[in-house]
Amino acid sequence: MSVVTTTGPAAPALKSHVSVLETIRQSWLMAGRALQKMRRNPEQFFDVLIQPLLFTPMFGYIFGGAIAGGTSKYLPLLVPGLLAQTALTTCMGTGVTLREDMEKGVFDRFRSLPMSRVAPLAGPALADVVRYVVATVMTLAVGIAMGYRPDPFGLVLATLLIVFTAWSLAWVFTALATVMKSAQGLQGVSMMIMFPLTFLSNAFVPASSLPGWLEAFVNVNPVSHVVTALRDLMNEGQVTGQVGWAVLACLAVVAIFMPLAVKGYRRQV
Amino acid sequence: MTLAVHATGLVKQFKDLRAVDGIDLQVHQGEVYGVLGPNGAGKTTMLRMLATLLRIDEGEAQVFGVDVRREPHQVRQLIGVTGQYASVDEKLTARENLRLFARIYGQSSKQADRTADDLLERFGLTDAATRTLEKFSGGMRRRLDLASSLIAQPPLIFLDEPTTGLDPRTRGQMWDTIRDLVAQGSTILLTTQYLDEADQLADRIAVIDRGRKVAEGTSGELKASVGSSTLSVQLSDPVDMDAAARSVAQALGRTANRTPESARLTVPLNRPDEAAEALIALRRNDISVAAVQVEQPTLDEVFLALTGEHVSDRAEGEADDDHDTRAADERLDPMEVTR
Ligand SMILES: Nc1ncnc2c1ncn2[C@@H]1O[C@H](COP(=O)(O)OP(=O)(O)OP(=O)(O)O)[C@@H](O)[C@H]1O
Ligand SMILES: [Mg+2]
Repeated sequence: MSVVTTTGPAAPALKSHVSVLETIRQSWLMAGRALQKMRRNPEQFFDVLIQPLLFTPMFGYIFGGAIAGGTSKYLPLLVPGLLAQTALTTCMGTGVTLREDMEKGVFDRFRSLPMSRVAPLAGPALADVVRYVVATVMTLAVGIAMGYRPDPFGLVLATLLIVFTAWSLAWVFTALATVMKSAQGLQGVSMMIMFPLTFLSNAFVPASSLPGWLEAFVNVNPVSHVVTALRDLMNEGQVTGQVGWAVLACLAVVAIFMPLAVKGYRRQV
Repeated sequence: MTLAVHATGLVKQFKDLRAVDGIDLQVHQGEVYGVLGPNGAGKTTMLRMLATLLRIDEGEAQVFGVDVRREPHQVRQLIGVTGQYASVDEKLTARENLRLFARIYGQSSKQADRTADDLLERFGLTDAATRTLEKFSGGMRRRLDLASSLIAQPPLIFLDEPTTGLDPRTRGQMWDTIRDLVAQGSTILLTTQYLDEADQLADRIAVIDRGRKVAEGTSGELKASVGSSTLSVQLSDPVDMDAAARSVAQALGRTANRTPESARLTVPLNRPDEAAEALIALRRNDISVAAVQVEQPTLDEVFLALTGEHVSDRAEGEADDDHDTRAADERLDPMEVTR
């Protein structure tokens, strides 16, 4: 430990805020940090690899006969629904991981650095796009192996749409992560949000098979819009208005929850 | 010249606990300012408030004239923070940590490489550069943490208990590093639980206790208030406590502090000769002594002198009235007492 150079008394020009460009750059840096950790700890991919392998056949064989009168007939209904459900569970993980991370000392440093207040939140969500892609590709692969035959062009767009959805919804859990005190607490709350969102949607059953009051909720649930959009893309090969609605719903989620997340992160105790 | 830190009436309230209770602080540029206090005194809380990590509930704080509450982003450009617990990423290697922070400060990939390598070398971490921190010793972690705080060469550095938990050799190295920083013109605000550390490093020292500043001064002034050293006498028979305290008080004209649990009397000494005078007085009164020591003043003695309480009594809540607080107050003259 020898001489360390530091400047003398302060006279530097102080910046009053972080520019947009710097914010984007720092978000990439933070994403890079998250990716580095994923590389070092590939166990983090267990859930996104295993869950599709487990759920797709399970739902397909168990409910297929009852709901659609046969597994192969159920797959066009099921696979888009499963994609949505997998995306939601995965982006819930984004929030929980962030909460655990925020309890570590390194976040004290991020907070004390003159850096963007979005970057430490945007970084992990950006890095988790890798997880969303893995989860989506796995679900599709298992579905196709079971006999699902989606439109190839629609398949590509559907993948993009669901990854974008996952990234958008991750902001809900990110915002929660900044206000909840513990990772367990967050996990619990996230479950309570995730289950109604997925199961009270048209993800696994047609909305028309439900009682009226439930159908009403299912029809306004944004997950339903995403699932319908996915079905239109993969089953019909068509870019319908539903796709537009799904994208719009996602943008709305980001517009609401990204500022909330930053506000929660900024808030000092 | 603007002050490096200028705080007035800082208050931090945690539910029903006032962890920081109206602290004023003036740190001059280029000095090392030590904040001395026992566990739970509010050192970390105060530092975190100044470092923009905790909200300032009441009071004002400026860093080089920049308001901490209103312009935290600007303040963050002026400070380096080494917290009590290492604020580095456990899952990354030492080099990755330094590179990441350097890049966040806007350095290019190449510059960040250079910065990281420089700092690793200066802090003797080159050999461990590619190991993840999980495998680091406490001392290495501390060093990396300090290195991380120096990336932007900030003019003001906060160090929260920089040597707690370090072995004596590593502690000495840390002290050298801190002295180097000061020689380069940095201003340092450090907290510590050790009087000798404050003594070694700090130009001025504030003693804080239960969120309040109880004294402030140079280490010389602080020691003068405690006596340059302390005579500690363990009695063979605790029953002699009262008689022994009386004899010592008569011989030295100063009240001795009692620790009845261990049959111990301690009294600050102005001159080493006074130890002999006190012992002779005990001998004359036929008070038998089991053990005698002359000790340098410890944080405990400083506290005893300033607050009339043993630090160790705190665990049980309020201290008993055994200690004579008035006697303690009388010895405070050379210091600016802010109680
Ligand atoms: N986030 C918090 N919520 C509630 N109480 C807190 C919080 N942080 C600190 N405290 C309390 O405030 C008091 C001061 O704590 P602080 O950590 O500042 O002390 P310290 O002087 O740094 O002690 P140590 O030497 O142990 O580090 C303590 O009683 C502590 O329990
Ligand atoms: Mg502390």
